[in-house]
This record gives sequence, structure tokens and C-alpha cells, in this order.
Amino acid sequence: MISLKHVSKRFAHANASAVADLSMDIAEGETVVLVGPSGCGKTTTMRMINRLIEPTSGSISVDGRDVMAQDPVLLRRGMGYVIQSIGLLPHRTVAQNIATVPNLIGWEEVRVRARVGELAGMLDLDGELLNRYPSELSGGQRQRVGVARALAADPPVMLMDEPFAAVDPIVRARLQDQFLDIQRRLRKTIVFVTHDIDEAIKMADRIAILNRGGVIEQYAPPEEILRKPANDFVKEFVGAERGLKRLALIKVADIGVERGPVVSRTALSEEARKQMESFGLDWTTVVDDGRLLGWVDLQMLEGRQHVSEATPRLFGAYVTAGSSLRQALDSIVTSRTQVAVVAGEGEQYVGILSLEHITKEILS
Amino acid sequence: MISLLGAEPLIRWRWVFDHVDQIWARLLEHVQLTVLAVAIGFAISLPLAVYAHRHRRAYAPVTFVAGLLYTIPSLALFVLLLPFTGLTTTTAEIGLVGYTLLILIRNTVAGLDAVPADAKEAALGMGYTRRQLLWRVELPLALPVIVAGVRIATVTTVGLVTVTALIGKGGEGYFILLGLQQFFSTATIVGATLSVALAVAADLVLLRAQRALTPWARSAKVRAFG
Repeated sequence: MISLKHVSKRFAHANASAVADLSMDIAEGETVVLVGPSGCGKTTTMRMINRLIEPTSGSISVDGRDVMAQDPVLLRRGMGYVIQSIGLLPHRTVAQNIATVPNLIGWEEVRVRARVGELAGMLDLDGELLNRYPSELSGGQRQRVGVARALAADPPVMLMDEPFAAVDPIVRARLQDQFLDIQRRLRKTIVFVTHDIDEAIKMADRIAILNRGGVIEQYAPPEEILRKPANDFVKEFVGAERGLKRLALIKVADIGVERGPVVSRTALSEEARKQMESFGLDWTTVVDDGRLLGWVDLQMLEGRQHVSEATPRLFGAYVTAGSSLRQALDSIVTSRTQVAVVAGEGEQYVGILSLEHITKEILS
Repeated sequence: MISLLGAEPLIRWRWVFDHVDQIWARLLEHVQLTVLAVAIGFAISLPLAVYAHRHRRAYAPVTFVAGLLYTIPSLALFVLLLPFTGLTTTTAEIGLVGYTLLILIRNTVAGLDAVPADAKEAALGMGYTRRQLLWRVELPLALPVIVAGVRIATVTTVGLVTVTALIGKGGEGYFILLGLQQFFSTATIVGATLSVALAVAADLVLLRAQRALTPWARSAKVRAFG
């Protein structure tokens, strides 16, 4: 969708290149995050795509068409653009701000109004806010208006320069989740710039880690960058807790579960003991027609003929196939049984995850 | 003059009532001369200010020339122009317009400079042309500062119009001059009072107009209650 070939940018009066011989391809519907320390040329790279900055050499094409051969004004109207400071027009109401590009390209008023309403709904903006001026909004509301404005004319490409940087961490996390949710439905091709590696890991399909002078150190999916950092620069940039960050990206479904000891509540205690023994544990999960009831241990079964005579203890928490391994890990370290129980729909028992199993899987 | 005023009452109301028509006609002339001067001054300074805002190097020479015009004593200027344009409105307007330029150019450039950079960057990034950026973003956002300049220029011009009485114009300045020449305080007081009243009224009208044109510049609080 977007292709940069040997792109360089050297600003007048600068002794070094801001971007040097950078090549990358961005697929349709993909979110690519450019991340790196300040001065790494990430913003410059992004701004060359909509020609707010002209490359010194190399070529950039969007949807197969060379951007340098297009009218920059028309090119920009076809791309959503969000910047860190948002840049809402202070003299226009929220509705007018959102309608900026549709108005520029001459949509009819009725269509514009309908679209503004639709976007307000999508971004959770109260209808009452639409007639306010930007100065009357909270930081989080402004960011959402900025995103709504960029999406207004439904451009296939979005350029986002630290779009969530100006708000506090709690609001930021919420905006990120909301945007991920929207992106899952819209599948825009997104170039996203940030200096925050955690944001990059969270938002990206692929991350390009840039070093000073606009050199790509690694361009790969977040999981791969965490698992196999290409060099010391990437390793250092990704920072501490690389393993934990990676666990957050892997789903329980990705690694498969262990069966674990399990008995029906109608079973004899003897059968439960055999289950425990075969797994080398002193407890077993109890299910009722496949549904998760809890767990019992040897002590609780002492002197009892049937499992049903003991009251199973509830698991503190269980995870699902969609949970991350980080959540599973949390479940493991906080539970008395030292495993994470995996349940499916209707609390159906699926299996367990142990620390050993997780370690073995992610090291492979 | 004190002794003279002692013999004569400060204001002869009878004279005022007898001359209402003439006073009114001079007031209209005063308004016309002022509006024309500020309008022409604005029309000249706007493109110069936009140019100076975009091409920083032009700012110093432009304001230097405007500043030079501003420092010429008004009396001298009107007299110097007489051989060329005579006792005409043109003579009056050349002088009056000249004095508005410095104020208008400076304020317009200051207003354009104060437009938030992020709004401009976002507007360009969304596909505004340079012209659309100027008319739809920069000038509207610079409006409060530009109007502030227009207010100062207008008040200054109202005052300067009285000087044009020397070349047969002057609006209310005509009465000021008449009073001085004939040692007749009533005329001077009428002329001066109405001139000041006109300046105050013009300032208020412009302030109102600016508020009406820039609803977004009001504070959130005021809006919430209004």
C-alpha cells in the first residue's frame, strides 16, 4: 500500500541526514509503528508520505502511485492526519472541525452532517459536545475529535504522529483501546509515530525501530522484536521486562494447554487420588458435566468415599483462550495451586497452564 | 484667553441650537473621512502584512517606511501636499491613510504570528491550500489582534481628522478651528466634545463587532452561562 524506496532527507543547513536511504513497505490494512529516540527521523519519515516534507532523494508511492507526481493538496485530503498537539481549529466548533476534509472536498451538507454524527458515535463523543469550541473540551475529548476528524472522509491511509501523547496515562490507555477497536473494524493502513515502545508494542502489527539519522534497525512484528531483537540497539531500546512485554502479546490459545488433573463431582475419591498421582500433584480440578466447579486436595478427600462429599474450593481466577500469557502468569503466581486454569465458553474446563509449560513454549 | 472666556459664557446654547444642521453635517463628514481612511489603510496594510508575515525579511523595510510616514508631523504633511492635490478630500485622505499604516501592519503581522502553529500544521496536513489556510484559518484566528489594531487606528484617525480643518475639511475639527480663530469657546467645545464622543463610540462599535465575529474567543465559562 505504502512503499518507501531508498528515501533520504537532508535539511538545508544540517550537516547530517535526517533520514538516510530508508526503504520499507507497508501492507494494506496494517498498522506500522515508527519508533525510536528523538532525532531518529520518524516524524520526518511520516511527513514525507503526505509531502509536508519533500524527500531529498528516493521515491515514495501510495497505492502504486508516486506521491511526487501528485498534487500535494489532493494527496493530503486523501490521508487522515493526526498530530500530537492535535491542532484542532480553535475558531471552529467540534462538528465543524470533524467536517473539515469532507467540506474541503465538497460533500453535500446532509452527507457531512450524517458523517459527523456517525463519527461522534464511533468515538464516544456526546452530541452536545458537537457545538462546543475546542477550548471547552478536556484533553481526552480533543484527542478523540482529532481522530474523528482524520477519519471523516474515510481515507484508506492514516498518518498519526504521537496522537495520544498529550494526555495522562489512564486516558491514553483508554484511547489506545478505543482506537484498536475501531481499527479492527476499519482496517486502515496506518503509519503511527511514537517514542514510547510500550505504545508501539500495543498498537503495531509491525514495528520499525529507527536509530539516529533515520536508519531502520529492525522492522518486524512486536512479538518478534521482543523475542529476537536484531542488535544491541534494539535490545536496549526495548528495555527491561522484555520477557513480560512479550508475554502480553501471546495469547493462551497460541501455545495450547496441558490437560491437568480433573475429575467429575460424581466420581469416587479413589479416582481423584489417581488423577493427582498421575500428574504428581496433591489436588485436582472438579467439574460437573464439563463445567468448572473448583478444586479439591488430598486433605479434603480424607475419609470421604465420594468427591461430592467435599465442597470444592473455587479457583481465584481463570483465564480464557483469548487471555494473554501475562494474565495467565499473574493467575499462576497468585493462586494456591500454582497453575492458571483455562476455561472456555460457559465456564467449560479446558485445561491448565503451569509456569514450566509457558516457559517451555515461549523458549521454543 | 482666560480673561476673554470670562467676558464670554463658556457655552452659548442658543448658538448650538441654531447650528444643529451644520454640526450634524460636519459629524457625517468626520465619520466619512475616518471610515474612508481606515478602510483604505486596511486595504493597503493587509496584503503588506501578509507578505511581511510570510517573508520575514520584508518586515523591517515595510515597517520602516510606515514608521517614517507615522513620524511626519500632520500639520506639515497636509501643507506639503497642498501644491500637489490642493484643498481636496484626496489631500486629507493621503495624510490620514498614511498614519494608519504602521498600526495596522504591525497588529496584523502580530495577529498572524500568534496563530497556533499546530492549527496551521494540521490544516496543511488535511489538505488546505495556502490561500484557504490564509482566509479560513490564519486571518480568522488573527482577527482579535487585527481588530485591536483597527480600533487604535480608528481612534487615532478620528483625532487626526480635526487637523484637516486647516485644508478646509476637518469634520468637527472645523468648529475647533473656528472657535480658536474667533475666540469663540462654544464652537471649540462643541467640536472637541463631539470628536471625542465619536472616537469613543467608534471604539465601542468595533469592540462589539469583534466579539460578535469571534464567539470562539470568549471563555468557556462565559459561554456556559450565555
